Amino acid sequence: MSTTTGQRADRPTGAASTPPQSPDSRRRALPLPARNLLAAAAGLAVVTALLMVTGDLTALRLAAVGYTFLAIAGLQLLVGGSGQVSLGHGAFMMIGAYSMALLVMRLPMLPLATNLLIVIAVSVIAGIAVGAATARLHGPYLAGATLILAVGLPGIAHRYHDLFGGSNGLNIRMAGAPPFLDGFVSTSEWQALVVWFTVLLGLALLATVSAGRLGRRMRAIRDDETAAAMAGIPVGRTKVVAFVVASAAGGLAGGLQAYVLGTVTPSTFSLVLSLTLIAALVLGGIASLWGALWAAFAVVYLEIWASELAETLNLGSDVQNNLPLVLFGVVLILVLRFWPLGVQGALQTLRARMRRS
Amino acid sequence: MTATATGDLLRAEGITVRFGGLTALDAVGLDVAPGTVVGLIGPNGAGKTTLFNVLSGILRPTEGTLTWKGAPVPSRRAHHSARAGIARTFQGLNLFPQLTVMDNVVVGADRTARGGPFSLITGLGHHHADERRLRERALAALESFGIAEHAHRLPGTLPYGVQKQVALARACVSEPELLLLDEPASGLSGDQVEALAEQIRAFSRDMAVVLVEHHMDLVMRVCDHIVVLDFGQVIATGTPDEVQADPAVTRAYLGTPADGSTADGPAAVDPALGNGDTP
Repeated sequence: MSTTTGQRADRPTGAASTPPQSPDSRRRALPLPARNLLAAAAGLAVVTALLMVTGDLTALRLAAVGYTFLAIAGLQLLVGGSGQVSLGHGAFMMIGAYSMALLVMRLPMLPLATNLLIVIAVSVIAGIAVGAATARLHGPYLAGATLILAVGLPGIAHRYHDLFGGSNGLNIRMAGAPPFLDGFVSTSEWQALVVWFTVLLGLALLATVSAGRLGRRMRAIRDDETAAAMAGIPVGRTKVVAFVVASAAGGLAGGLQAYVLGTVTPSTFSLVLSLTLIAALVLGGIASLWGALWAAFAVVYLEIWASELAETLNLGSDVQNNLPLVLFGVVLILVLRFWPLGVQGALQTLRARMRRS
Repeated sequence: MTATATGDLLRAEGITVRFGGLTALDAVGLDVAPGTVVGLIGPNGAGKTTLFNVLSGILRPTEGTLTWKGAPVPSRRAHHSARAGIARTFQGLNLFPQLTVMDNVVVGADRTARGGPFSLITGLGHHHADERRLRERALAALESFGIAEHAHRLPGTLPYGVQKQVALARACVSEPELLLLDEPASGLSGDQVEALAEQIRAFSRDMAVVLVEHHMDLVMRVCDHIVVLDFGQVIATGTPDEVQADPAVTRAYLGTPADGSTADGPAAVDPALGNGDTP
């Protein structure tokens, strides 16, 4: 008991001088992409094992966690990495989702992998356009500009009713598992596997960017633009690249969402989605990919738990519709009150404390 | 377009900068030869930092031309000058607060990496070798500046004198040909200024140095050539001895004598210039 209090007493100084990264020569033996692909393979193994022991419903929810994870990880690179706060990340998910739906409807012969690549290409183009237009904006001005994107884009789906299906959106039918897997995996399980395979590949790339020279350039720009430029870093171009990488991740996530849900509607991609994504990122922890994973779980499961709670308590539909947001807000406030660095920050502190004892 | 051995590294001619109606610099010229230390002095508001920002490419002059190694520099941005071999420090240090000391210096070395956009985005190609080389280079710089023990600390947790060394290491790690130092002695103790003077002389063996500084002792000791600015104009240039003897310089720092003597009369307070204080 007395040792615990002793440690608590000296913790503040320890935390203040803790280096964010420790040198680890063993980790540097393999090139960055190889290390991240190995981690992605391990992640896929874990997800496969999870899918084997759970049912169809959980498979769909895990798929939702997967694409949300990718979307939030992209936002993390943009906000945490390059210091550009975007309140319009949901808009890129919408671009990806509608691209996917239109591809499936208009060009049904294309295989899924091709569709996903086209979805990425479309999102990259959108990212270049938005990133180039906003590269000179900082802080609240950038947030405001991206906010307009989140508010305005769903309106386009309403305006061009014939193409985007108005408020009813678009409905697509996606192929299930390939025939030779019949009986082994259900459609939902197959979809979850496809989602996680794609997501983990994307995350491996994101992690490579973030841990490598490009990520360091972004963090330098985030910390001090003038000093970064005087170190020879092209500030404007690097910020646009950060935007493009983030929008590619968001667009791919949206495409995967369309693939799993089989339907895209403008209301799915409302401003609330964009705000939820960034709030979840803060909740999970902005400094590491694990934080994005906890954030994705929070986005998916808090909503499910809230509607289950509303159902059990027999609350009216008005309450039921708004309870997820309320619950999310309460959890966000509580997490930030007690763990200012988010869930992942709390876990790291806990681990450091356990290691010391 | 080869630079001759005796030619100037950087030549600024007729640099004029106007902010609206205010003329911050008025037809200022400056030559920096390789291996020399040029001091840029003048009272507060004389335009020293403005000239520095022009030289480092942060600010585009309203008029005037810059020549780097004999070739005119057309449209300049800060990262272009850095890539060409101009490094600078800042009065406020401008370290990256959330990067470790090591990473601060690795960023300074970034321009020496070989990989192009492909390796940057995919982490393939030159990336792995680049990262190793940048780290080795940064570590060597940390060691030569005597701050290797702080490599994994955040700059904000270190004493000011150490932070200054981090800023110098970040500027020097890419082995620039021209180093611009913005008030390197400010906030340092007497001993630290001594050490800094030796450091600057050591720099000048490998690169040219331009120095903005209020610490006159330091300027007179390390500079080969001094340019004095006042109200955006060059009022004197020459060796430390010549500048110290120049009455115009004394007038700029201390004003004209209050006893009604004419503006072009010799200044009466010569010795005050060398005592190392800001006016």
